[in-house]
Amino acid sequence: MTATVEAPGQDRTRGRARIARVAQRQGALVILAVVVVAATFTFDSFGTAGNLENIALQASFLAVVALGMTFVIMSGGIDLSVGSVFALGGVLAAWGAGHGTWAAVLLPVVVCGAIGLVQGLVIARGGLPPFIVTLAGLLFARGLLLLISDEGATTYKVPPSSAFRELAQGSFLGIGYPVWIVAVAFSVGGLVLHRSSYGSTVLAIGGQEDAADLMGLPVLRTKVVTYTVSGVLAGFGGLLMASYTSSGVTVLGVGTELEVIAAVVLGGTLLTGGAGTVLGSLVGVLLLQVIRNVINQIGSLNSNWQAVISGTILLVVVTLQRWLATVQRE
Amino acid sequence: MTERLATRTPPEAPDRTRSRRIDVDWVRRNGVYVALVLLLAVNVLITDNFVSEGTLRLQLIQVVPVLIVALGMALVIGTEGIDLSVGAVMAIAAALIPLYIGYGTLVAVLVAVLAGGISGALAGTLVGRVGVQPIIATLGIMVAGRGLANLFGGEIKSIRDPGIVELGTGSLLGIPYVVLIAAAVAASAWFLVSRSTYGRRLVAIGGNQRAAELAGLPVRRVLLVTYVLCGLLAALAGVLLAARSQASDPTKLGLLMELSAITAVVLGGTPLSGGQVRIAGTIAGALLLQLVTATLIFHDIPDSTAQIAQAVIVVAAVYVQLGRKKAKR
Amino acid sequence: MLETRGVTKSFGGVHALRGVDFALTRGEIHALVGENGAGKSTLIKVLTGVHRPDSGTVRFDGAEVEFHRPADAQRAGISTIYQEVNLVPLLSVARNIFLGREPRTRLGLVDVAAMNRRAAELVGSLGVNVDVTADLGTLGLGVQQMVALARAVSVDSRVVIMDEPTSSLEAKEVGTLFDVARNLAARGVGLVFVSHRLDELWRLCDRVTVLRDGQRVHTGTLAELDRLGLIAHMLGREISEVARGGATEFGETHLREQEPVLAAEGLEVRNRLHGVGLTVRPGEVLGLGGLLGSGRSETVKAVYGALPVRSGSVRVAGRRVRPNSVPHALRAGVALLSEDRKAEGIIPDLSVRDNIALAVLPKVSRGGLVAEKRIDALVDTFLRRLRIKAASPAQKVRELSGGNQQKVLIARWLCTEPKVFLLDEPTRGIDVGAKAEVQALIDELAEQGLAVVLISSEMDELVEGADRIVVLHDGTVRDELSGDRRTSAALLEALAGVAETNEEGGDD
Repeated sequence: MTATVEAPGQDRTRGRARIARVAQRQGALVILAVVVVAATFTFDSFGTAGNLENIALQASFLAVVALGMTFVIMSGGIDLSVGSVFALGGVLAAWGAGHGTWAAVLLPVVVCGAIGLVQGLVIARGGLPPFIVTLAGLLFARGLLLLISDEGATTYKVPPSSAFRELAQGSFLGIGYPVWIVAVAFSVGGLVLHRSSYGSTVLAIGGQEDAADLMGLPVLRTKVVTYTVSGVLAGFGGLLMASYTSSGVTVLGVGTELEVIAAVVLGGTLLTGGAGTVLGSLVGVLLLQVIRNVINQIGSLNSNWQAVISGTILLVVVTLQRWLATVQRE
Repeated sequence: MTERLATRTPPEAPDRTRSRRIDVDWVRRNGVYVALVLLLAVNVLITDNFVSEGTLRLQLIQVVPVLIVALGMALVIGTEGIDLSVGAVMAIAAALIPLYIGYGTLVAVLVAVLAGGISGALAGTLVGRVGVQPIIATLGIMVAGRGLANLFGGEIKSIRDPGIVELGTGSLLGIPYVVLIAAAVAASAWFLVSRSTYGRRLVAIGGNQRAAELAGLPVRRVLLVTYVLCGLLAALAGVLLAARSQASDPTKLGLLMELSAITAVVLGGTPLSGGQVRIAGTIAGALLLQLVTATLIFHDIPDSTAQIAQAVIVVAAVYVQLGRKKAKR
Repeated sequence: MLETRGVTKSFGGVHALRGVDFALTRGEIHALVGENGAGKSTLIKVLTGVHRPDSGTVRFDGAEVEFHRPADAQRAGISTIYQEVNLVPLLSVARNIFLGREPRTRLGLVDVAAMNRRAAELVGSLGVNVDVTADLGTLGLGVQQMVALARAVSVDSRVVIMDEPTSSLEAKEVGTLFDVARNLAARGVGLVFVSHRLDELWRLCDRVTVLRDGQRVHTGTLAELDRLGLIAHMLGREISEVARGGATEFGETHLREQEPVLAAEGLEVRNRLHGVGLTVRPGEVLGLGGLLGSGRSETVKAVYGALPVRSGSVRVAGRRVRPNSVPHALRAGVALLSEDRKAEGIIPDLSVRDNIALAVLPKVSRGGLVAEKRIDALVDTFLRRLRIKAASPAQKVRELSGGNQQKVLIARWLCTEPKVFLLDEPTRGIDVGAKAEVQALIDELAEQGLAVVLISSEMDELVEGADRIVVLHDGTVRDELSGDRRTSAALLEALAGVAETNEEGGDD
């Protein structure tokens, strides 16, 4: 005895739905490919190994932050604090570099992780909306940054002799360490999402939090871990940036949280949570970076066009996603 | 027989608990006013020259942009939406003023405010018709909008037009124009929410959009109008801010305004989950936010500490509002 | 095996449970019944660790236990299946079954292949044929419920609690579910079964516990209790009284020979409706019958303009209504009481007053401003006419009981002075008292000349309440019962006949 009674014509619709779904999830990849191909043929200087490596390197700082954000959004939350935490991580790293390489690495990771942890606890245990809590986190981290940098007046420098510089400035096989780090981080992130119970739990919480709770999944702990990891990764992104620029720039990271959210959404992660891929987020970050690079290539174009185009692409992509979702449903 | 069966009433809460629930409710509704009065009292006691016409006047003038933006934001939040684009819209409006000032003060102001309406119409269409989530739709507009403002405006431009200068610095019967305008906006918003059909529809949509649709409410139109109003008000705030500083700085103007406005609305007791709009609370929330900043400045407390304090206040305020209950996302 | 002793639980001073003793033994299927608000859900939540009792104890296998979280109860071997499927729609069937307990490879990663294989075996053993790699959300509700059961089986639960698991299932799926439940009981698992469909209790359960107002009023074997006796326990009345009242009785109907006020023809909705047509005369109650997924709700929604139709026409009082527009349907005099009160009906945080006035806002407004006095008058009328129990018109709707919320919604639609009233499961999930009132009201409205379309999963309600019953299957009209054929037996036959046709042909 079977309980499934399939409606006729379901196969055909399911096929269409699948195509729509692939388009929805991989839309950014398609746009990225088109832009890269077009730019390669249009600008001689775009397709050079040097320029491509530069794009990858520049994108890697945001990519690290976007990885943490991907998990947060997939769990149905949002983390507005990452921009400030990113900047804080950079300042802490540069300051710590004066006290040794280990201080430069550990200090930002620990402090930023702690900020994420507190946010996660307040969200999970206190039941406060993530939007508000991480908005407060944004202010808090920025305040802490100003506090340790004499109200932003002091820019800490990484000592020229410090091995810490090597982290972002060095390279392996001609490719900068940050790019390798991102490759490893995203591989691990993908495994964690698809092949660990933590990943399943994140998706379950984002998909149906009540259900996850009633199934006895560790909802609170998973949320706390997710926000903590987001904090750690944002801080780590900042420390990479500090290593790359050899200094702790205090004005960095304003609006970064929004750029990162845009990248994650472009990558096909549903803002309502429950579905997405880490690779998509990487594509989203790359897309934003390629657009920036292309606008630089054009030269005559005001760099403000980058924001206009990025914003427009985001709106177009989400509109397409909505449309494709309708197709899927039918 | 129906009557007999129907005489059973649902169990009523005993009085003791009811009074406790009212207490939590009371705090939720009036906490912002209490906090405002307390902070005023503290300042009267510890801040030199706080009770002077100059200080109070300055506070009122400074709160105007946040207040106007927050009122628009309150409407949007009432529909269970959010508008992140308000800061960028302010910048666009301010950037347009120097471009159109050649056609006269009125034209320049109208063009600037209209730009806000167009941006709002775009957001309202994306949210209401296309069905994009408000946070994403307005995020896109925010990013693109800031870029556009920079494209229009370029670097900082000073505004010397006497009309604009008068708007920013003049006053009527001793009350600055900008304060009068803000008061008028607040009164209209209150009237709209409490008395108009539109206001009734707005909270119904925020409370349960699907049910509102099935009750025949023009959901798309109400959403469109709401985002347009929010855009218009943001643009107005941008114009007033530019008029007061007699300059338009598209990179800086209105930066983080979305966050301040949302904070003011939430402090004022409007839940982010929609279905309610508290105008008086929003006004008090904006004033409280302004007074917190001012208090810290009066006492030479650095920016860093001020931001940390603000962070704690926001979380505490929301915590109180949730009545220590778990909020549904 | 699992028992509670003197469990008391209150929420903000309201006693949901008062000293409840409940005991489940190995291998039995134990029914838990009571009106809405009697404390069933609270008791279940205490048993599953969602709530902790204020006083009293929960004992499992003779030892006192304290569950702090649902996870604790699950680890102890207590699984729960809820009315609304509580699984994750965007994850695959296999992932849903094994969430939190995925099989691992040696590296500690989830072994996807093993997970899918085991999931397929498991659902297969329950007699369900489904692709375990498909996203749960793409499957029918019945299948989803089976997946929930498979999840319970997979954890080797010793107690399975089923909270209204059948409310969204088709008859056939209910059969499968019951087979699986009996199978589990035979293996020594104890099952708690909650259902509003009383007939099901005798089909499945051994014993019954009746709760009323948070107290246990009866425990005993079902065999020695008849339907009337059970209802008497639930309502706390003498059997003779219940019999006289007749929980589902409708009065006589007065059908006049008049032109139909509603005439729908050839309604087509993609994958849902294939040319459905109906006519209803003033004063007539038209019943819509059919199994789940037959297109009943879709038909009324299409008439109301809330579901986009590809073709077809709707005429009200002879005039064609613009398709796919709720406002136009409303203006033409159509009202729809949706089946999903929470999601599509009430606006929980608005007052009773504002909820009632919602659909008539344009009518009670002048120049864009609300005329408060006209609303007050309107609301006052309906509060009295429908006997809505609210502390005041300003009380929030979320604070009312289900039955009163339903009456508020009925008031909302009656305000619009409809000519045609579409009622989708108007008595689902409300207590027996309110149910009788709503049924009487439907009758009264029809007597006053309103055309009513009534959808109900309860056969009695349909047979007794409707003048004529249209039976739908697979988005088409398959039969119409009127006059002498308007009986439960005939309706059952029509539904069953439909099922047979499906198995033979099934090509349209």
